[in-house]
Amino acid sequence: MRSLIKEFSKGITTLNPTFGLILGLCPTLAVSTSLFNALGMGIAATFVLVFSNMIISSLRNFIPARIRLPAYIVIIATFVTVCELVIKAYLPALGESLGIFIPLIVVNCIIMARAEAFASRNSVLPSVFDGLGMGAGFTVGISVIAFIRELLGSGSIAGHGLLKSNEFILVMILAPGALLTMGLLIALTRLLGITKR
Amino acid sequence: MEISKIIAIAISMVFINNFILSKFLGLCPFLGVSRHTKAAFSMGIAVIFVMVFSALLTSLVYAYVLVPLGIVYLRTIFFILIIAAFVQLIEMIIRKYSPALYKALGIYLPLITTNCAVLGVAILNIGEFFLPGVSVSTGILYSVIQAFFAGIGFCVALLLMSGIRERLELTDTPLSMKGIPVAFVVASIMSLAFMGFSGFSR
Repeated sequence: MRSLIKEFSKGITTLNPTFGLILGLCPTLAVSTSLFNALGMGIAATFVLVFSNMIISSLRNFIPARIRLPAYIVIIATFVTVCELVIKAYLPALGESLGIFIPLIVVNCIIMARAEAFASRNSVLPSVFDGLGMGAGFTVGISVIAFIRELLGSGSIAGHGLLKSNEFILVMILAPGALLTMGLLIALTRLLGITKR
Repeated sequence: MEISKIIAIAISMVFINNFILSKFLGLCPFLGVSRHTKAAFSMGIAVIFVMVFSALLTSLVYAYVLVPLGIVYLRTIFFILIIAAFVQLIEMIIRKYSPALYKALGIYLPLITTNCAVLGVAILNIGEFFLPGVSVSTGILYSVIQAFFAGIGFCVALLLMSGIRERLELTDTPLSMKGIPVAFVVASIMSLAFMGFSGFSR
């Protein structure tokens, strides 16, 4: 049990995909314009991570080593398609604002990296916990960035307006604000020793 | 086919909607391979090549396989498999016929499969050019043109970044900002400069 908790918690701290491993940057920066979008993306990616880790680890002795990457891609793409159809059916507003970044979960490096580095070498239960931890770490990372950008860029928290229109900095919800926030947050987590360089 | 539309696509893809700096597609290779100008140039060329051909293949498969069979919802699986298979094929051909080119591009080719810009341009093409009432051949032509200029835009941003990062190596940066964080801050300032081009669209 203790080792399972360790697999879970490493994804949030030392091996945090956003600030530690610095993987999956495209959705992290593009979708973090509001806290709602960020949480939606985080949960969608966690779903795909957990299920693809589960299937890949249970098939790890059947998939030949030479064609493992295409096999992983098909498994991941299947869960992404499931996820895309569910979001379009039940949360059309979220689907609209995440747009192209839902199908692009397929090429999110975090999922491929965990399949290759963890799920292909470990049994099912640790792999599921690894997926949960990595997904939680990604969700926390993207939400922190979204919180900062939404507060500074549109003066609100999760859609609730706080600041007056002359008090916020519009550029923070545009592309340059995303890159700046990301750079400063990675530097901060390194300075505080949460992640290692 | 109008020449003005092609020019509009070119300016939009290279400057206004630059894939890296305003759409956030392909950031991983942008930070991973921008340490040296030479490697950045090789990567840029490889990306342009793969993007153009995968845009052609994916739009052909979309128009002549997925739409007639009514399985458009499987496009993500189909597209990523086409891109992965194409990259693998190119890698084998280059290794056989041009070892020198393989040495220069070799390690970057597998990375391109997981470059979201390649899958991104294929999916964007479908949404933009395959609308009801537009002929299929025009759609395919515009897809290839858009993919080519998206690749050029990717290459331009990558080269600019690598030039800056080569000089950054020599500067005195605080320890926790060294490497990736300072690269993000530089990219942020570059993206701010590219926002100036958005005035072109009016």
